[in-house]
Amino acid sequence: MYIQVKNVSKSFGDFKASKDVSFEIEKGKLIGLLGPSGSGKTTILRMLAGLEKQDSGDIYINGKLVNDLPASKRGVGFVFQNYALFPYLTVYDNIAYGLKIQKKSKEFITNRVKELLDLVGLPGLEKRYPDQLSGGQKQRIALARALAPEPEVLLLDEPFAAIDAKIRQELRTWLRETIDKIGITSVFVTHDQDEAIEVADEIIITNEGRVEQVGNPADIYLNPQTPFVAQFIGKSSVIEDYGRLKGFDSLGDNTKAIIRPEFVEIIKGDEKSIYEEALVEQSIFRGNYFETLLNVNEIRLRANAPLSNGPLKAGDKINILINQIYVFDEDTTTTVTNAGLDDSTWYYI
Amino acid sequence: MTTEKISIPQRILKIGIISWIIVLLIWGLASLSYDEIFLPSPGETASALKALIDEGKLWEDIVASVARVLQGWIIAIVFAVPLGLIVGHFKIARWLVEPILSLFRFVPAIALTSLFLMWFGVEDESKIALIIYAAFFPIFVNTIAGVVSTDSSLVEAAGCMGASKIRVFFTVVVPSAVPNIFTGIRLGLGSAIICVVAAEMLVGNNGLGYLIQSSRMYYKTSWAFAGIVTLALIGFVADRLLQHLGIVFLKHYGVRKA
Repeated sequence: MYIQVKNVSKSFGDFKASKDVSFEIEKGKLIGLLGPSGSGKTTILRMLAGLEKQDSGDIYINGKLVNDLPASKRGVGFVFQNYALFPYLTVYDNIAYGLKIQKKSKEFITNRVKELLDLVGLPGLEKRYPDQLSGGQKQRIALARALAPEPEVLLLDEPFAAIDAKIRQELRTWLRETIDKIGITSVFVTHDQDEAIEVADEIIITNEGRVEQVGNPADIYLNPQTPFVAQFIGKSSVIEDYGRLKGFDSLGDNTKAIIRPEFVEIIKGDEKSIYEEALVEQSIFRGNYFETLLNVNEIRLRANAPLSNGPLKAGDKINILINQIYVFDEDTTTTVTNAGLDDSTWYYI
Repeated sequence: MTTEKISIPQRILKIGIISWIIVLLIWGLASLSYDEIFLPSPGETASALKALIDEGKLWEDIVASVARVLQGWIIAIVFAVPLGLIVGHFKIARWLVEPILSLFRFVPAIALTSLFLMWFGVEDESKIALIIYAAFFPIFVNTIAGVVSTDSSLVEAAGCMGASKIRVFFTVVVPSAVPNIFTGIRLGLGSAIICVVAAEMLVGNNGLGYLIQSSRMYYKTSWAFAGIVTLALIGFVADRLLQHLGIVFLKHYGVRKA
């Protein structure tokens, strides 16, 4: 494993920012550190960079224990949330900063800066100052500057947070492609699950200083291992008395259920015993579907209705089928399928 | 940066001409009711100014005062900026110096005049020493503030690219402090000008302060007014010039029109 984080803990005064964090990263992978704000994801990133020192635990980069190496000796490229470009230096001098420290020749630096500006798609901007650049351009220059000294690892702190939604989408795809082109092991921090799911090879989900789950985006989405992950990923409804729903029995007093919109099927046609009758409380047109809030015997859940079912509006009464739910207690999450659906397999038993 | 759109009358108002005309009008009207010795009119001041220029006296005084200001101010910059950078950068030094600073902030240069005369003599040395004292504090204090307000993410960014602490100091901390240093230097110039006049009024035989003081003794109030007007103009021009130079050469360090 290229990066190994073993039992790392870090406190700021009374605040425990990291609690026994462990994970491993393969060489060349793009990793998303995903979690709500205050979950400790930026602290992990800063400890990887050497900008923060852990209280206990070990960090290895490329097999080397880096605990006592300051940021300047770790060979890590860092892209800051606010870009942290030197405002008094031109784009050229910003990118050349790390190369000058490495005592590269002037010719080498000129070529490398040009190469990096081509890579980030901003050729010819050498003489500009940061205040003459847009947010997206600053972000790209910050990336070029971090990559210039050829770091072993690239770390990005909320790389898209300060960019407007429209450009953010474009920049995500671009970042993914650029990182693929260089093949550098990278870790980025985000609180936006769409961003993590879309960009990352693997996602590390953090909550309250702990790592909740590590896995590829699809795996995390489909098999949430902790109640937190089940709630955090996707647009979930949390339901306490799920035992009242048809086809599901309560698994215990301390359990709750999570129902994702895609678990709910909206049925046209005849009533069957396993269907629930639902009242539409809200219906928002989202272009290719209706996002609805449904009331099933005073249990509220979300469902997406395809356009083919025709328009839905508040007050409509419909039939739904809940295919599956996640049931969780304090420690575990179990996927439970609607018991009524087992009818089809009943004959085989 | 946003450039506010303003109409032509607003622009004229902004330049200041109208304000000055108002001051001249009030001054002119007020002077009608008084004797020249008590309150000379703008016209009488202008002719006094002309007489002083013709005599060559005004130039002598301007040169004497400006030379003192420049010497004291430049020496103050040479000491206050590097000291401020060091004190600002090292916490221990800051903790050591700050109490001393907050004590001396309330001791104006004027209060030290007689002591400085005793220590440095009645010649220029004591006046220049006073100017150094007066200009030092604003430059020093602002330089420290500039260092302290350095954006920590810039320091970290430099560190991640392999910069040593010394390199970070010279390539991040110092440039980040430039706008504050510049403000300090401007304020220091103001202090220096105020201080030179006060020192010249107390002792010596040339300079604008001496001109103002001695004119009063000879009941040449219009000459004193001429000296005051000259002083105001010199200060105004110097500050504007400095500001302009700052905006032209230090724009990317964040020096902006105040």
